[in-house]
Amino acid sequence: MDFLNALVALANFVLIPATAYGAQLALGALGVTLIYGILRFSNFAHGDTMAFGAMVTILVTWWLQGAGITAGPLPTALIALPVGIAGTALLLLAMDRSIYAFYRAKKAKPVVLVIVSMGVMFMLNGIVRFIIGPDNQRFADGERFIISARDFKTMTGLDEGLSLKTSQGITVVTAVIVVALLFWFLTHTRTGKSMRAYSDNEDLALLSGINPEKVVAITWIIVAALATVAGVLYGLDKSFKPFTYFQLLLPIFASAIVGGLGSPVGAIVGGFVIAFSEVTVTYAWKKIATYLLPDAWAPDSLVQLLSTDYKFAVSFVILVIVLLFRPTGIFAGKSV
Amino acid sequence: MSTNPYQDDRGNKDRSIANPAGSGSLHAGSYSGQPQKGTAGEPFLIGEAMTGGYGGGADILHGCTIAVDKGEIAVIVGPNGAGKSTAMKAVFGMLDLRAGDVRLNGESIARLAPQARVARGMAFVPQTSNVFTSLTVEENLEMGAFLRRDDISGTMEQVYGLFPILRDKRRQKAGELSGGQRQQVAVGRALMTRPSVLMLDEPTAGVSPIVMDELFDRIIEVARTGISILMVEQNARQALAIADKGYVLVQGRNRFTDTGEALLNDPDVRKSFLGG
Ligand SMILES: Nc1ncnc2c1ncn2[C@@H]1O[C@H](COP(=O)(O)OP(=O)(O)OP(=O)(O)O)[C@@H](O)[C@H]1O
Ligand SMILES: [Mg+2]
Repeated sequence: MDFLNALVALANFVLIPATAYGAQLALGALGVTLIYGILRFSNFAHGDTMAFGAMVTILVTWWLQGAGITAGPLPTALIALPVGIAGTALLLLAMDRSIYAFYRAKKAKPVVLVIVSMGVMFMLNGIVRFIIGPDNQRFADGERFIISARDFKTMTGLDEGLSLKTSQGITVVTAVIVVALLFWFLTHTRTGKSMRAYSDNEDLALLSGINPEKVVAITWIIVAALATVAGVLYGLDKSFKPFTYFQLLLPIFASAIVGGLGSPVGAIVGGFVIAFSEVTVTYAWKKIATYLLPDAWAPDSLVQLLSTDYKFAVSFVILVIVLLFRPTGIFAGKSV
Repeated sequence: MSTNPYQDDRGNKDRSIANPAGSGSLHAGSYSGQPQKGTAGEPFLIGEAMTGGYGGGADILHGCTIAVDKGEIAVIVGPNGAGKSTAMKAVFGMLDLRAGDVRLNGESIARLAPQARVARGMAFVPQTSNVFTSLTVEENLEMGAFLRRDDISGTMEQVYGLFPILRDKRRQKAGELSGGQRQQVAVGRALMTRPSVLMLDEPTAGVSPIVMDELFDRIIEVARTGISILMVEQNARQALAIADKGYVLVQGRNRFTDTGEALLNDPDVRKSFLGG
């Protein structure tokens, strides 16, 4: 019984939250990796792009809620999501036309684009705060749990409850769908292949008649979709606060780099590696230890390796450890 | 050193933020010459009295002329740095031309961007980085046919017929192939547009003599189908032997121009460029 309780507690406090968080990081890292591979720079504005996408979705969600339209047991935000993606795509395309296109025409080195993306990051930062404010926003509605802790306890008779939030279930399902679609697109469609060709060899792509501006535009649209989906899922799961999204940049970059920059599979694996490390290292293991160990050994302390305040340090440490042994990341992207 | 401040990255080697791999250096050239009307009976493709250089730099070509007629093979030879690749780029619209003209089928194309020339039926295989290394052989061929909207399977069959080894390797990444196989992929990719002119910059670079003979045979086969071939070659002797027309360039100027056979037999050419 104690063992089962320990297992349930582990699933409830570590496995499920880390899986959901990992899926969110993976979606974010996919966007970063696509821009790195195709537009050839690390986009520092990605966290704020996620915030922008989530913001548009939230505004539409509120409007829908006001108009009495909901998705029943599912969050209304899912209905608003396509609008959020479209809005973000328009924003990114406008940014590209007005800012990045200039540097592309100058054939600017990637490092210049990195700095440009920081400028864009500050702009988006300001725009989002100006429109929706710097505070926490709640927009989740519908059924809160797929399985609540109490139901689980009465169902199984265990002391420990297992809860699976709707947002967590949706996160994982959506992430699987989005990733499958993206991989199918990149490997099976003409446009997807032309994006890989452009990433591989820009000059030869041009000589084959591939239009670089079109490749770039489609990349931004896909990135808008990935960022908005990631942003909304994170917001549903935790809550929406612009600053949190800016902070997400660190674990997202860590995921992309750990997995191997430029490798989409790597971004996904990296997302889960970072999420699981972060959650396991900052979780207080006392409860599980108490179940598993004989009474005499029961710990007095929380058995928490790091306070959650330091969770961002985990990304750094994992990054260093992985890169020490595999300088190109787990999936041999580009050597860092 | 470039004078473009946007291209100054001060020795940045940090690959975690900047990804230089595969980035483009190709630059669509400007044209400040006078386009001419083609004269009757002139070659199908002609780069005439081309003078120009890269960006604001000094002229590299000085009144250089190269041409190829329908279904013929024209070969450009010359010492390293003579401007052979530069002349090819000039014909393809990747050089700033200050004088001269480029005409295809009697019509000036000197103002067209390289992509537009691809659409006009010209195909170019660069000297280096001429395959998509992370794409499979088949995907490389598909990308070659990117501009086409019709069924490409027939052309792909022709390419596989020309280079049977590529059929066996079609699911393999082009970057994992040997040098000779890669050159075959490169030529195959260019053929996928069904071009009327195929421009090859050193197609036999880094391949063994046997494979070189193979490749030359295939190139002759391609020319027989009516495609004009303009190529740069280091293996001057063998290349001139299959050439209808030969050009010897030195320091951006035409030094000798004649049929391939005549050049091979010319004692001056033999002494200075063919090693006796
Ligand atoms: N992108 C460039 N920008 C400026 N100068 C260039 C560029 N490419 C080549 N050059 C210069 O143009 C001249 C001719 O070079 P080119 O590459 O055409 O020679 P080549 O005949 O093809 O030589 P090789 O046999 O070695 O391929 C050289 O002096 C070279 O330094
Ligand atoms: Mg050359």
